[in-house]
This record gives sequence, C-alpha cells and structure tokens, in this order.
Amino acid sequence: MGNERLNSSRRNFIRKSALLAGTLVVGSAVKPFQAMLFAANEPEKTMPWYAIGIDIEKCIGCGSCARACKAENDVPKEPFFFRSWVEQYTIKNDGTLAVQSPNGGIDDFVQTVPEAEIFKSFFVPKMCNHCAKSPCVQVCPVGATYESPEGIVLVDEKYCIGCRYCIQACPYGCRYLHPEKQTADKCTLCYHRLKKGLNPACFDVCPTGARIYGDLHDMNSPLHKFLKEHSTQVLKPQLNTGSKLFYNGLSSEVR
Amino acid sequence: MEHLYEMLKQVDGYIYPNEIELHWGILIVLYPYITGLVAGAFILASLERVFKIKVLRPTYHLALLTALAFLLVAILPLVTHLGHPFRAYEIMTTPHLQSAMAIFGFVYLWYLMVVLLLEIWFDYRRDLVLWAEQSTGIKRRLYKILTLGVTDLSPKTIAWDEKLGFIVTVVGIPSAFLLHGYVGFIFGSIKANPWWSSVLMPVIFLLSAMVSGIAMVMFLYMVVSRIRKVKIDMPCLDEIGKFLFMVLILDFTLESLDQVHRIYEAEESFEILHMLVNGKLNITLFIMQGLVGTIIPLAILGFFRIHLPKEKIRKPLYMLSGLMVLVGVFFMRWNVVIGGQLFSKSFLGFTNFKLGMIGAEGYLMAIFWLVLPFCILSFFLWLVPPWKKHAEAELTE
Amino acid sequence: MPPQLKTLLPVLAVFICIFLVARHFLIPDSFGKYGHYRANSMDEIAALPAHHIGKAACMDCHDTEAAKLNSDLHSGLTCEVCHGPGWQHMDDPEKNKLSKPGTREFCGKCHDMNPARRTSVIHQIDIKTHNIDRANCIDCHNPHAVWEMKD
Repeated sequence: MGNERLNSSRRNFIRKSALLAGTLVVGSAVKPFQAMLFAANEPEKTMPWYAIGIDIEKCIGCGSCARACKAENDVPKEPFFFRSWVEQYTIKNDGTLAVQSPNGGIDDFVQTVPEAEIFKSFFVPKMCNHCAKSPCVQVCPVGATYESPEGIVLVDEKYCIGCRYCIQACPYGCRYLHPEKQTADKCTLCYHRLKKGLNPACFDVCPTGARIYGDLHDMNSPLHKFLKEHSTQVLKPQLNTGSKLFYNGLSSEVR
Repeated sequence: MEHLYEMLKQVDGYIYPNEIELHWGILIVLYPYITGLVAGAFILASLERVFKIKVLRPTYHLALLTALAFLLVAILPLVTHLGHPFRAYEIMTTPHLQSAMAIFGFVYLWYLMVVLLLEIWFDYRRDLVLWAEQSTGIKRRLYKILTLGVTDLSPKTIAWDEKLGFIVTVVGIPSAFLLHGYVGFIFGSIKANPWWSSVLMPVIFLLSAMVSGIAMVMFLYMVVSRIRKVKIDMPCLDEIGKFLFMVLILDFTLESLDQVHRIYEAEESFEILHMLVNGKLNITLFIMQGLVGTIIPLAILGFFRIHLPKEKIRKPLYMLSGLMVLVGVFFMRWNVVIGGQLFSKSFLGFTNFKLGMIGAEGYLMAIFWLVLPFCILSFFLWLVPPWKKHAEAELTE
Repeated sequence: MPPQLKTLLPVLAVFICIFLVARHFLIPDSFGKYGHYRANSMDEIAALPAHHIGKAACMDCHDTEAAKLNSDLHSGLTCEVCHGPGWQHMDDPEKNKLSKPGTREFCGKCHDMNPARRTSVIHQIDIKTHNIDRANCIDCHNPHAVWEMKD
C-alpha cells in the first residue's frame, strides 16, 4: 500500500517536472517572438521623456528653423533633404486647398492665391514627431533606428544598412536617405545639443517662440503649461503612432 | 542629383519635401516578382509529389530546378539595392523581431537550404552516384562532390531518399506559402501607406506568386521541349492550364475584392488613390495587369475548359497566355511597389518615377537580373538533366 | 539511421555552430544594453559638435551689440537667427566672418505681408512699396534697435 502511494507520488513528481521542463522549453522558444507584440514601454522616470509643442498661431513662416536645422546638422543643402521644414496651407473661399513649401520654407513663401480668394492661411512647421510607437522603429530589420531612453528616435548611421523600409513606414515624411552616407537620416531633436545643455537649434532660433519642448515627466515644465492651456492635436491621430509633437491651432486640413 | 531637380519640376500638387525621390525602384519590383516565381514553381512541383497529381510528372523536376535557379537570384537585387550591402549580414546577427523584414534572412535560408536544396538532393542522389560512375573529368568530380559522399545505393537507402524527400516537400509547402505570404506582409503591414496597407496583401501576393510560377514552368516546359525536340506531353500541359485557370480566378477575385473594399469604404485616402489609379497607374494597372495579365488569359484558359481545340491551336495559345500572365504579374508588382510611392503621404500630390537605363537601378540591370536565373537554369539542365534521370528512363521504357 | 542523415545532420550542426560563433563576434559590444540597438551610438550622436553657440557666447565679445539688442523689440531673438551659426566664427573670428544681412528680402522673411502671418504676432510691411527710396532695410533701421532710425 505504502509502496504504491510512493510510486504514484513519484509518478506525479515526474509528470510535474516533465510538464515544467516542457513549459520552459516551449516558453524559451516562444520568448523571442514576444517582441513582435508591438507596444511602447515608457521607461522609468529616471530620464526626461521629451515631447514638443508647436503653436501654429505664432508661426510666421520665416523658415529660420529649417535653415538652422540644415546648418546645425549638416543636412545636404539640396531641396530634397529636410529634418525640419515649414508648409503654408491656404484655404480658398471655394473650399479648395493650396499647400506649398518652397525649399522646405528656406526660400520665401510667395502667396500665389489672390488676397480676395483666400478664406484663411497659416503655416505649419514640420519635424520628426518622435512617436512613442514609432512605425519607423518598428520596421527597422536590424535595430539601427531606435527610441532612446529619453523618447527620442535616433538613427545609428554606423549600423544602418540603407534598406529604406523606415522611410516607407514614416507617415509624416520625416526621413530621407542621406546621399553621401547612404543611411537613413532624420531629426534627432538635436540630441547632441540637449546632452550639452543647449536647446535644439530650431527652438533657439524661432523668433516668435512658436516652438517649445520639454520633459513630459516634469509636471511643472512649460510644455505641460502649453498642453494644459491649449487644445492641442497631433498629426494623423488615426494611425496611433503615439506622436509626441503637439500642435496648437491645427486645422483639420493639415496632414 | 540632377535627376532629382528634373523630378522636382514634375511634381504634381503638394508632396512632403523628402518624398521627391522614390526609395524603392525597379530592384524592389523584381524582388517580389522573382520570389513569387520561386514559390509558384515549387507549389506546382508539390502538386505532383504531395498531392499525387501524376499527370504533372514531366514538369516536376523542371519546376524544382526553376525554383532553385530563381531563388539563388532572388536575394541579389535586394542586396545590391541596399545603401550598405556589406552590412546585410546584420539582418542575421541582430534581427529586430518587430520588423516584418527582419526574418527575411532566415526565411530565405530555410527555404533555400532546408527545402529546395534538400528536396532536389534527395531526388537526385541516386542519379548523381550513377552519373559520377559514368562520366569523366570535371563533370565526374562535380557529381562526386554533389553526392556529399553518400554513395550507398542499396534499396533500403534509396527508399529513405524517397521518404525523406517526401517529408521535405510536405514541410516545403507551408514554407513556400510563408516565403511569399511574408513578402506580401512586408508591404501590407505599412500603415502609413494606404495603397499597401491591407490584410489581403499577403494572400494576393501568394496567389499571384502561384499564378506566375505556374505560368513560368508552363512556358519553360514548352521551350525546353522544343529545344530538346521532344513531343510535349499534352495531358500534362492541359493539367497545368487547368491549375493556372483555377489560381488565376482566385487571384482575380481577391484582387478585385481588395479594390472593391477600398472603393466602398472610401477612407481618407480614397481621392488620392482614385487619382493614382486613373492617372499614373492607368496603363500599368488596367491594360497590363488587368487586361493583358488577367482578362485575356482567363478568357483563353476558360474557353479551353468549355471546348478543347486541336493541339496545334492549344500550344501557341498556352504559350501566349503563359507569357501574358508573366507580364501581368510583373506589372502587378510594379503597381504595388512603384504605385505605392508615387502619391504623397500628405494625400495632396504626386511625384514622378522615371526608369533610367544605366546604373544599378536602371532597366539594363533589371533585365540582367531577370536573365540570370535562365542562365543558371540552363546550367542546371546541363548538369542534372531531369530527362536523363534513371527513374525517368525506366518509366519511358 | 539512414546514411543520408548521417552526413546531413553533422553538416547542419557545423553550419549552425559556424553561424553562432560568427554571430558572437559580429554583434557590436554595446548592442542590447538598453534595447535592440547599439547603445554607443547615442554617445556618438551626443559627441557631435554644436554649431549654434547661443547668445551668451556671442556676448563675450559683442557686448555692446547684444546690450542694444536686448534693449529693443528684437530682444527675444538670438544673434544666430540673422547671422547664422557661429561655431567656426568663434574658433577663428578673422577667417570666418558671419553674414550681416539687411536686405528687403531677408527682413521680409519675417516682416513681409502674408495672409498667414498674424498682425498680433509680427509687425508687417509690404517690402515692395515701403519707403522705396532706400534699397535696404538697414539703410534706415538699425537691426539691433529697430526704431533707432538712421538719417
């Protein structure tokens, strides 16, 4: 009797450990695929978590930001490569839309629509949205583009293979292939300046203070004040990119 | 960079300033086209092996060798297109599993090494051993290397060849589906691009892959038979035609469903896609992909289901519909890859694409990549001719 | 075991071993420290030189101009908005002169009439008609103190 009970408990033990071992093997085989479930993990609050606010009502379309960005980051001068640019939207009285961005706003904006036909017109500065669920980071096959612990989307130019999948995946057109480096290139929120305690170049040169950036963890930052006092909107919210570039006064025509 | 300034003048409406250049050109059109041919040819081969459609026997080995020749080339346009081709190994060492593109290296290797090479090796091992005994010089040495030193020809070992080869083929079918469905997913999973983003994309890619692969084997079978001056096995050709018809119907239905769904839902991107389809993709979509690649072959192959004309008429018509399907599927890839980049993600305008002649992205290079698999296939047919296999010889005797 | 597998399995094993060893040596050191990327690349980006040096650095030498600027309407602007990035100028002021723009086109980038510019945000004039006797804006206005008119 006792012997039998011992046997059955031993059998149970073997069965249980086999189950455990099996779970471990299956679990470790499945584990790498957990990364396929895509969701942003906001890191612990030991580092700032940067976001950007742009006040469309204050933007005067001078293009200083676009110029400063090219100078600061050695972006190629040709009009096909931009980390930061300005668009002018003009909505006519008949409801049609005219958009322009001459050389990304570096050249002068010339209004081609006669004054009498204009319903309203405004400038929209564009730059990387530093999305929390970046579609561009998601698709990089090798891990050459990533979100830094500060929430800034960066490109590792020594590791990028130049497949351009990230350029296809960015809904905002914020990436380009650097013609000399042959790697993807984009706004770094002037990471090199932030780390030196300086403001990003486009924020420094904005004459009207239309741009602010700040730490979303810091509830007293000017950015929080901006978000609290204005009804802000992100671009293409339906794509759920977790964009951290918030616009005040964004018209529904802007894409 | 002159071509970019040239293109700047051809921009239509408003596009984001970074969107002037198309980032994926003709090389990326070739990539899904060539992998599609591989998957399609392999599936045709497995119809014979796994699903026991014995009438397809004359094309079995040809289909396998075609798949291998195209698979060897499939990766080349992809790697040459990279900004840094020598960093391509990173996709194997640090694959980023959130990315649809990351497992390409593994899927490709799996399909090449584990499925295609193994199946062909099991199938040819006995012949390789016998050919090594019969031939001399370099050819003899080549055959010897290819046997990997397994020269045992006892009935038991040969039975193992058959058994293991069968297992590999069974594993190969889902692998072929994976290989090409996955290529479709690379495009279908890009939510930023409404022309690509569709759940049906992998299925459509898979079906058009089967269509193109079957058409390619049909075409090659007729060409090879003519060169060898042997009679074409008409029941086999009719059977291939039947399958081509079947898959073509499925493909056409699903592609239409995708478009109908798009039109009916008429989302935010509808206007720009409507303009794209009726403008820049007009000819390649309606004429090349629709009429030439689908409607006419469907009509020809469908007519054969109702009434089988004489062999003399059937042969050129099979040849014609096979070629038309191949052209149509090429333009299907073109419409997806190029079409998806012609419109701005601001949905407010179009850029332009001009296919150059020279350079890595020119059409001469594209033709080279398309001709290369045929050269490799000719080499295979010279080295391991299916019609000189001992089993085949016994069958015909 | 069939002789085919006796050959193939060791080949496969060798292949996998070579891959794993090669992989070990090919993955960069700092890869995966914080996530699926090379952590050192953040340091490399952080080490890039800043090109815009900021008003404080300009003031070290150009204190009179800066004092004037701070006393007037343009006090919110940094020097580099108009003069461009100053890093090379700071290293070698004689060799790398900065631009001193003051043309109608340049000032017009901010101040030309445009329906998209709000009058509450920016003072606007029509650069084509405004006081066309003089060629450039700085012929009348002192850019550091705009209402300090020249003759």
